[in-house]
Amino acid sequence: MFEAVAIGVSAGGLRALRSVLGPLPESFRLPIAIVQHIEANSDDYLAEYLGSLSSIRVKEAEDKEAMEGGTAYLAPAGYHLLVEPDRTFSLSVDDKVNYCRPSIDLLFESAADAFGATLVGIVLTGANGDGSKGLRHIKGRGGYAIVQDPATAEAPYMPRTAAAGVAADRIVPLEEIPKLLVQLAQVTRQ
Amino acid sequence: MSLMSRDIEVGAEADVSGVALSQQNDPEAVSFELLLEGIKRRWGYDFTHYSRASLKRRLDQARRDAGYERYTELLDRLLHDDAFFDHFLKYMSITVTEMFRDPAFYRVVRERVVPILKTFPFVKIWHAGCATGEEVYSLAIILHEEGFLDRATIYATDFNKQSLDVAQRGVYPVAHLDQHAANYRSSGGTRPFSDYFSSAYGLAKIKNVLKERVTFSYHNLVTDGVFGEMNVIFCRNVLIYFDKTLQNRAFELFTNSLRHGGFLCLGTKETLNFSSVKRHYEQIEGRCKIFKKCGTGDV
Repeated sequence: MFEAVAIGVSAGGLRALRSVLGPLPESFRLPIAIVQHIEANSDDYLAEYLGSLSSIRVKEAEDKEAMEGGTAYLAPAGYHLLVEPDRTFSLSVDDKVNYCRPSIDLLFESAADAFGATLVGIVLTGANGDGSKGLRHIKGRGGYAIVQDPATAEAPYMPRTAAAGVAADRIVPLEEIPKLLVQLAQVTRQ
Repeated sequence: MSLMSRDIEVGAEADVSGVALSQQNDPEAVSFELLLEGIKRRWGYDFTHYSRASLKRRLDQARRDAGYERYTELLDRLLHDDAFFDHFLKYMSITVTEMFRDPAFYRVVRERVVPILKTFPFVKIWHAGCATGEEVYSLAIILHEEGFLDRATIYATDFNKQSLDVAQRGVYPVAHLDQHAANYRSSGGTRPFSDYFSSAYGLAKIKNVLKERVTFSYHNLVTDGVFGEMNVIFCRNVLIYFDKTLQNRAFELFTNSLRHGGFLCLGTKETLNFSSVKRHYEQIEGRCKIFKKCGTGDV
């Protein structure tokens, strides 16, 4: 039974996140943690925008906030987003990882430590290699790895690198990801 | 509540926080806990109430760089090698900082906080967790430009003595000045930024006039106590590294160190919303995390 979803996305992320979050039903019960690479001084416009197009709640993650089902949390600009063992978020301004802060690897690694085999990790479109180490860590902890089919990605480098680095459970076109997530959320036993 | 009893309370909660119950006898989890306990007992630095995810990352980095597979090997070295502990501490402190970090925040300090401070004959400011001092000197520059620096005393503290040494020297790479100057200008600064430094050999040294009112000293937010009757407390991007228990200890410490009507200035993504002291404060502006102490008395 899956308990949480972690998504990493970079260049082309606006359209990709719209396509993933938009079709999810209001009843979707898992929390979703998202790192979208973004300029350090950006405001929380992205969360507001995606929230306006989605049936689930979309917000910027706050330090020490508990992860709630049916909510998508975005990493704030300029901060790493991490998941604590008690399944609350923490933020950090530690050095950039893969030239990025927030870094997808950091979210994935900490979320995998917190959720183990009950985590679904997804790498979407992007033009750098962030996320592939983290996705391997998710698989290493028994979690489920999804990679967007690079042929459907605005920037194929990131999903291609992730798929090359780990035996993903599914490599699927962008449009099929929401349906897959709904199915995974309904799995009651692995 | 006295600090002594607070310490005991923090300690007593240690067993139930952190690693989930099901993982408590996992070898990695056990050795991780032993490492934290060993550091605490040998050196008096208590990291047990730090946010686990970034703490683990820092300890993993220190362990790998020292060439060890296991936390227990790192612990052995830390117990017996004094010089190595000083080196290790570098991994444990927050060193990513810039002058006028979050320019919008410093604009509000200049436009909203300083005018109120000017109504006092003399003010005391505590910068807790000052790291290498960039933000301390940012504040000193604002107070200097507002003609108020000679009526202020700034106490800048950190638990990392090496960072404090850097802060006290006030010497920074010239290469960073462009970023600092850009931040300064977007925070509302209008003077030639280079006037505040003397530069030579690729280094820029903060002018003495900005250092005279600053006192640097050692203070550990985890274990040390109340710090005077402050008009303003800065503690930016430090508390995100603490768990909720330790955050509340720090918030209570700040509340007890702050005068009525004083200001608590946090990082842009830090909040009092989940804290035990929320009711004592009101936020003075929408986006910047500057809180005015309104309640009376201590917590």
